[in-house]
Amino acid sequence: MLRYALRRLGGLIPTLLVIVTVSFCIVRLAPGGPFDQEQTLTPAVRANLDHLYGLDQPLAAQYLHYLGGLLHGDFGPSLSQRDFTVTELIGQGLPVSITVGLLAILLALVIGIPAGIAAATWRNQGADHGLTLFAALAVALPSFVTGPLFALVFGLALHWLPVAGWERGAPRYLVLPVLTLALPVAAYLARLTRASLLEVLRSPWIRSARARGLGGTRVLWRHALRPALLPAVSYLGPALAYVVTGSLVVETVFGLPGTGRYLVQGAIDRDYPLVMGMIVVYGALLLLFNLIADLLYGWLDPRVRHE
Amino acid sequence: MRSIPVNAEVTPQGPAQVLRLCGLAVSFTTPAGVVCAASDVSLQVARGECLGVVGESGAGKSVSFLALLGLLPPNARVQGAAQFCGTELLRAGPRALERLRGAAIGMVFQDPMTSLTPHLRIGEQIAEVLVHHRKLSWAAARARAQQLLTRVHVTDPAHRMAQYPHELSGGMRQRVMIAIALACEPQLLIADEPTTSLDVTIQAQILALLAELKREQGMAMVLITHDLGAVAGVADRVAVMRGGRVIETGAVAAILNAPHDPYTQALVRNAPRLTASAGVTQAARGQEAVALTLTDVSVEFSVGARWFGRAAALSAVNAVSFELRAGESLGVVGESGAGKSTLARAVLQLLKPSSGRVVWMGAALGELPAGELRALRRDLQIIFQDPLASLDPRRTVGEIVAEPLRVHAPELDAPARGLEVDAALRRVGLPATLAGRYPHELSGGECQRVGIARAMIVKPRLLVCDEPVSALDTPTQQQIVTLLAQLQCESGLSLVFVSHNLALVQRLCERVLVLYLGRMMELAPAQSLYARPLHPYTRELLSAVPLPDPQLQPARLARALPGEPPSPLNPPSGCVYRTRCPHAVAVCQQRVPAWELAGGDRQVACHRWREL
Repeated sequence: MLRYALRRLGGLIPTLLVIVTVSFCIVRLAPGGPFDQEQTLTPAVRANLDHLYGLDQPLAAQYLHYLGGLLHGDFGPSLSQRDFTVTELIGQGLPVSITVGLLAILLALVIGIPAGIAAATWRNQGADHGLTLFAALAVALPSFVTGPLFALVFGLALHWLPVAGWERGAPRYLVLPVLTLALPVAAYLARLTRASLLEVLRSPWIRSARARGLGGTRVLWRHALRPALLPAVSYLGPALAYVVTGSLVVETVFGLPGTGRYLVQGAIDRDYPLVMGMIVVYGALLLLFNLIADLLYGWLDPRVRHE
Repeated sequence: MRSIPVNAEVTPQGPAQVLRLCGLAVSFTTPAGVVCAASDVSLQVARGECLGVVGESGAGKSVSFLALLGLLPPNARVQGAAQFCGTELLRAGPRALERLRGAAIGMVFQDPMTSLTPHLRIGEQIAEVLVHHRKLSWAAARARAQQLLTRVHVTDPAHRMAQYPHELSGGMRQRVMIAIALACEPQLLIADEPTTSLDVTIQAQILALLAELKREQGMAMVLITHDLGAVAGVADRVAVMRGGRVIETGAVAAILNAPHDPYTQALVRNAPRLTASAGVTQAARGQEAVALTLTDVSVEFSVGARWFGRAAALSAVNAVSFELRAGESLGVVGESGAGKSTLARAVLQLLKPSSGRVVWMGAALGELPAGELRALRRDLQIIFQDPLASLDPRRTVGEIVAEPLRVHAPELDAPARGLEVDAALRRVGLPATLAGRYPHELSGGECQRVGIARAMIVKPRLLVCDEPVSALDTPTQQQIVTLLAQLQCESGLSLVFVSHNLALVQRLCERVLVLYLGRMMELAPAQSLYARPLHPYTRELLSAVPLPDPQLQPARLARALPGEPPSPLNPPSGCVYRTRCPHAVAVCQQRVPAWELAGGDRQVACHRWREL
């Protein structure tokens, strides 16, 4: 298992290389350049800037130069936020985004999966209908609606929690952004778990476990739950992707100094190194999450176990 | 719905009666109304006795016994009385039933593939029952579990304990199911179609095990099955069910030898038997041209191939050669893993043989350009094992049957195609009105008829049948085999019929090819093969066929071939059959037996066929 995990970890490197290459090409294919919006630039200054950042070199040379930098952990200078390197920007923002994102996924798992199990256990009863309705609502509402709503209710009306800010990750400041980000993921996980648990409970081996006189609780926890978690586990990768894209809205709404805004702002500014840096970091995170999901899969279902 | 039992058996009700059903009725409330699944079922089973419950699928056999264990879905309504050792099961609460299930009443289900929890080790699943009911410690329960595995003749039990269900063969899994059912020494064992999805040889082993357990443990047993042959070997008494009612009950010899009810009579008459006279005689075909020739056809699969790893070669079919004349029928028999289905697919080029030639009417199929091969496929049709899975669930029966015409007869317009579909459905005994229905609305037998209609609509000259009846119950098997025989007779097509049951092959085939681990063991005209099998493996296959004869069958079961085929990844040296052959000697290990002519159009691969 450990050897398999290490080998898969090694296999991530070529995948990451493909991501870097494809996104490098796509980013450069977008029309315009980093300095197009600064109208007052004279051609001479413009040429100087291009030369400074190596933009006057052939694309292939720039690509190789970028790869070389990556090997040293150097993402290059930011083109829009002068005096900062991309490594510095990401290094400051990423801990914020990762804290909020991982806490959100954790909270979603802690709420969503038990809620799904509860709904399946009391299927077609009041609790199930309530949960299903609530989950449908939570999946449908975008975070730019729920975020301000939470801020209004818990911050301005009830004065329980601060409306915005970071304050070095003080728990009071984390609650609302994490909740906003976690809510739709939790709702989706609950729906997935409910549906798959209901399907597993109809399978022949559950009938056969009941025919052995095992009680409802034992059948549920020992025989039904593990296979029922498979869809929720496969959703971990997409959940991370959602949290990444959702962080833009949440970080803006709650004024967090995270990296969410860099991806969009960097793309608008044609800040090539910043966009690339974000893609590489998020790509690596996503690959890592998919790997974790795969390993969990093997633990949940011995039929897909490796070696 | 409450009814008074009218056909309850009049027998002394001593303490020996373990289970007594009185006027049991089961109905389901569905959106379409109340469906009655069983009514007025009155049966009893005594200590040390095995009651066989026989009937077609949908006769209410399983439903009746699931009902008394409280295992039916909530929309079921159960009425009547069910006394188990003094407890009234139908009035017992869920907790009381839970205490009985798995402890006093053991249950074995049909499909060992899906009836074990996939993510728990075998040992855990057996031990769990002991921990739950007997309050043993896990360590003690595991030790007992290993003893139980030995009891049900699982080889290498210590190793099996740590394995997962998917790592075991079907027969081994069924043994594990039986071990779980036996764990708490139940007074009653209910086996619901325990052998249906298994090979004949493994069926015989499982039935022999059940017979042995009944004899030695002295518990009461209920054997639910559609196969009279299974009942003949194990049961003491038989109840025949039809349409949710018990239509006849009696001692096994009485029911099988002198049935009263016309339905039982038909059931007994149609049960598969091996009789020297019943075989299909080989027609004189001296002048008929050879239609299909296979020369040294081998199919290999590579297993475990990775980017950098070495792939192991699995030889599924190894140097198979035969000829099939126009209008002739050839049976291909063997256990799972014998390469039967692979051979069937290789004949039709659905799988490319890794070596050897398949020649159809002078054309080597493997060398034809794709377009010509596609045109030739009109002559070469196949029907598959799983009748439902081989039909597109989103299309109507009419569309499914018409599809080959769209490919091979594009000149037909829609009304002409419709007429052809009607005719094809009628030829396989289905009403033309079925054309508008979807596969899931049909029974297994009807689905297989649709599959046959789809193959026959283009008037093929070769029909390959890949285990076409093994997913069906015995009466339906007989109907499908009769239909195939009739179609072959009418249209003069050549037939390759793949099956693991020699009794079915006998009804249909003039010649029989016996395969083991992908190698040819024996090829002979059916009559001489059934009268005097030359290869020891053929003999074992013949003796594994469950015969509906209570005088012979128990002794036949006791002689069931032990063991299972070895892995085709690592076949034995010399004769591949030697590891299971009772007659194996030193030479069998050293040399591969030659494919010898044995006189009278027979061929055999065995070192010792002359002396045995």
